Amino acid sequence: MIPAPPVEGGDAPGGIDPRVRLAAAIGFSAATAVWQRPASILAALGFALGLAAFFRLSPRPLLRRLLAANGFVLLLWAIVPFSLPGEALVRLGPLAASREGIALALAITLKSNALVLALLALVAPLPFPAAGHALHRLGVPGKLVQLLLLTWRYLALLEQEFHRLRRAAALRGFRPRTDLHTYRTFAWLLGMLLVRSVDRAERVRRAMLCRGFRGVFLSLHEFRLAGRSLALAAAAAAAVVASAWLELAG
Amino acid sequence: MAAEEPLVALRGIRFGYPGAAPILEGLDFALGCGERVGILAPNGSGKTTLLLLIMGLLRPQAGEIRIFGEPRRAEADFLEVRRRIGLVFQDPEDQLFCPTVLEDVAFGPLNLGKSRAEAAAVARRTLAALGLEGFEGRIGFKLSGGEKRLVALAAVLAMEPEALLLDEPENGLDARTRLRLVEVLERLPIPQAIVSHDIDLLAALCDRLLTLEAGTIRDVDGEALHRHLHVHRLGDRPHRHGLPG
Repeated sequence: MIPAPPVEGGDAPGGIDPRVRLAAAIGFSAATAVWQRPASILAALGFALGLAAFFRLSPRPLLRRLLAANGFVLLLWAIVPFSLPGEALVRLGPLAASREGIALALAITLKSNALVLALLALVAPLPFPAAGHALHRLGVPGKLVQLLLLTWRYLALLEQEFHRLRRAAALRGFRPRTDLHTYRTFAWLLGMLLVRSVDRAERVRRAMLCRGFRGVFLSLHEFRLAGRSLALAAAAAAAVVASAWLELAG
Repeated sequence: MAAEEPLVALRGIRFGYPGAAPILEGLDFALGCGERVGILAPNGSGKTTLLLLIMGLLRPQAGEIRIFGEPRRAEADFLEVRRRIGLVFQDPEDQLFCPTVLEDVAFGPLNLGKSRAEAAAVARRTLAALGLEGFEGRIGFKLSGGEKRLVALAAVLAMEPEALLLDEPENGLDARTRLRLVEVLERLPIPQAIVSHDIDLLAALCDRLLTLEAGTIRDVDGEALHRHLHVHRLGDRPHRHGLPG
């Protein structure tokens, strides 16, 4: 089961305008991705840790998510140090880990943890609908936002429908194997899912027309830029400027 | 608009889906001001098709549709119809496409040009009138079947329609929610056309009963006295039967 998205409280968790959260996350991620020097990368990580502390992310789920993200990073450690040419620092049989490779892997590790921390602090607490509308206000085209929100709304339904079909197949003795019969059955299941989705899409379109839809999604959401939101925007901008200065001057 | 002209009048309608025999043929139907009409229709008789024709979401291959005293032919004619007549779909899942309940109910009013504050106020008022206070922030797909049905009804009523069409409104409701729905519909002071295969619901609610069979609509007014023989456990003890729902 896809876990149901959590939505509680208002559109602005922590009293912060969702637009500021998204803009700060995007700006911070884009900047951090290009830093090369240790000082600027460490500054970015420091800011991300500060965010996590400020928003009081509960440690257990935070650690679990960081572990999941670092699984990929671990994979990089198995490859990058050994594939970058340079001064050999460690030898493992025929393989040599280069100083440059290790430095790069370390930089990637620090950066990705900074990004994951910042995203968990800034974006993860946002209710999905608020995030969608905030994206729209930030200039993402309305059609994309509609697609995003409708996908979110109907994903659970599609999943239910898929499980219903699978159960129906299982009840008639279907057990997936690696053979043509299994592939064909899954193709039918997916085909049926597609047909039903198209049908439903048509019914939803009719429902929208019936309620006066004219091609533009109007939104109830109103966002306010004030107090804490401005402070967060200023802090994020300061963090980016500071690490840029460390990058260029250092 | 002449005083005696019905709100909705269909004459000689023919409609068929591609590659199949016409599902409606020579159909006449009228919904007058202040009446509640029940159309008893078995599955596959074209009841949803009939409602989609009235809303202009399908076009008849023959026949005439007059609504609010005007002939309705092109898409532009039906824009006004959709603003003034509400259709409650058979599957509320199709009708609730917004992330939250409040947004769903406010969707129609916003499209009618109301401001955000007005739309939100109308939505809250409508939800309260249906006993759905506190549902505003809830997520559409996490409601129960009965709640979805009532929210879908609220979403339609928030547009303050002058008439209401309902497609199998009792579908998938338990006895309690069904009773609540009947109360809500009874209190509504606007003309309603209810299409269903549930005889009890139609008999309880409607002033006039019709059947939709073999592509056309027939009047079935006039009551028929009849009795049922039935058996059940403890049937030999003195007892009474309440009416269902």
